[in-house]
Amino acid sequence: MAAFGTAAGRPLTGRGGSPGFRFTLYALLSVVVMYLDQRQHYLEQVRYALQAAAYPVQLAVNSPSAAWRWLRDSVQTREALRAENARLRTTERDLELRAMRYEALARENGELRGLREALPPIADRWLPAEIVNIQLSSLRQRLLIDRGAANGVFRGQAVLDDKGLIGQTTHVGPWSAEVILITDPEHAVPVRIERTGLRTIAVGAGDTTSLALPYLPANADIKNGDLLLTSGLGGVFPEGYPVARVTEVHRDAVQPLAQVRAAPLAHMSTDGEVMLVWFRTDRPATPAGGDSVGELASGDTAMQPQPVPPKPRPAPQASPAPQPAPQPAPPPPPADEAHPTPTQQTTHAPHRVPAPAPAAASAAASEPADNAPAADSAPPPPSAAVSAPEQRQP
Amino acid sequence: MNVDSRGRMLLSAFVALTLTVLPLPPWLDVLRPAFLVLTVLYWSVNAPRTGGIALGFFAGLMLDVFQGPVLGEHALALSLITYIAVREHQRIRSKPAIQQALFVCVALVFYEVVLFMIDGWTGHPVTSPVRWVHALTGALIWPPAAAILAYSAGRLA
Repeated sequence: MAAFGTAAGRPLTGRGGSPGFRFTLYALLSVVVMYLDQRQHYLEQVRYALQAAAYPVQLAVNSPSAAWRWLRDSVQTREALRAENARLRTTERDLELRAMRYEALARENGELRGLREALPPIADRWLPAEIVNIQLSSLRQRLLIDRGAANGVFRGQAVLDDKGLIGQTTHVGPWSAEVILITDPEHAVPVRIERTGLRTIAVGAGDTTSLALPYLPANADIKNGDLLLTSGLGGVFPEGYPVARVTEVHRDAVQPLAQVRAAPLAHMSTDGEVMLVWFRTDRPATPAGGDSVGELASGDTAMQPQPVPPKPRPAPQASPAPQPAPQPAPPPPPADEAHPTPTQQTTHAPHRVPAPAPAAASAAASEPADNAPAADSAPPPPSAAVSAPEQRQP
Repeated sequence: MNVDSRGRMLLSAFVALTLTVLPLPPWLDVLRPAFLVLTVLYWSVNAPRTGGIALGFFAGLMLDVFQGPVLGEHALALSLITYIAVREHQRIRSKPAIQQALFVCVALVFYEVVLFMIDGWTGHPVTSPVRWVHALTGALIWPPAAAILAYSAGRLA
């Protein structure tokens, strides 16, 4: 039985053989498990079950802070509550007004395009989720939220808060899901600079307060204060959601690339609640439908162009959205024929006509990994894994 | 190998796991030692027959669920160092706590090296030097941690 002898005088041969034998056994088992998980994706079910088993522990670990929050909420003074109520009422009225206007604009846009059915797909459903556990080390920036497959959460779903993009779900359990933050060093999100339409990729820097934009040439038109929106490429995040604001642009004469930093808009370290979003994908305007997904080479779902969200409202920046003012609208990305649209909200819709998008996507799909934005008109062809670092395509 | 000591072992492993996943502010998180790894090492050295490599493997699997990019990563690394600990348990057990801490530091470095290699192999290379800090803090906390575990195990070593 002894594959290896034991150094100790007294042999440790119990049930299952010597330590050397058992180690070989478990090491082999680990390697097999890793191989299956990494290369074959056979273990989704196992992971699902394990995540379910782990959830109570995570809940228990979170209970002190949950109790503290509850206590703090329940001893709030009457004045504080009243003030909050007033504030919320004001906000609600503002939002109501904006939403009213939005309906009209959406209809108008549809009529202008002559295709009522071609209205951009809208956010179908929102689900608030509470943060159960949070990891914010420089190696891993993850959240655990209290919604899982039982609530219809799926892998690679966009997660937002009221200020901006937070991340996407990576592992989904029955009642919980793990969210990788956009600031995780393994995460990259395809973005577009709102002012110029220039597209690039924002990579996490392992710090909740900064993202890096490593693929911009030194002469790129970018400056402090520029707003970054999701570009919709990469297939995970819908287009037009605010991501970050540029905080630092450093151009070095000897470096071909500019060093750009941006601060995420979402409040990742202070949020208690996040939003999961579902988008309606069954509209004719949605570029890649069910069957065209299959034809994308090697079924790379990350290449699937995303439905356009309703309002790419550049959130925190004072957004005087109600009037359909065409001037401040960001020019559509250079490659597209610019249809001047009357509204800022729907500026990005025109270039989402079915034809070009899948073409671009399949062009990208011919490239090896999921570097979707390479197909894009952004100058530097970035080779980093994009937008879905852990997403293992079948 | 009685039921009682096994129960204590599992309980301590559970507590250690809880400490491992407890949310902490980022600056403290950098310093957080790998409590579960230390606990598993303790049991491998002091009760090699009760726990041993099986404990290492399953504890590693739990770590994978909580924080591993790939299932089996921590399981392999932890199996390796429990194997070393079980093999050398008599030599380690007879040493004073300070020297034990030295061994623990080496074992933790091994552990991180394995994780580092697997991370690279699976395409999640994280080259931040921060990951090596855990080995140091783990070694530093070993003497008190071992004392607490010994106390909980009912025999003051």
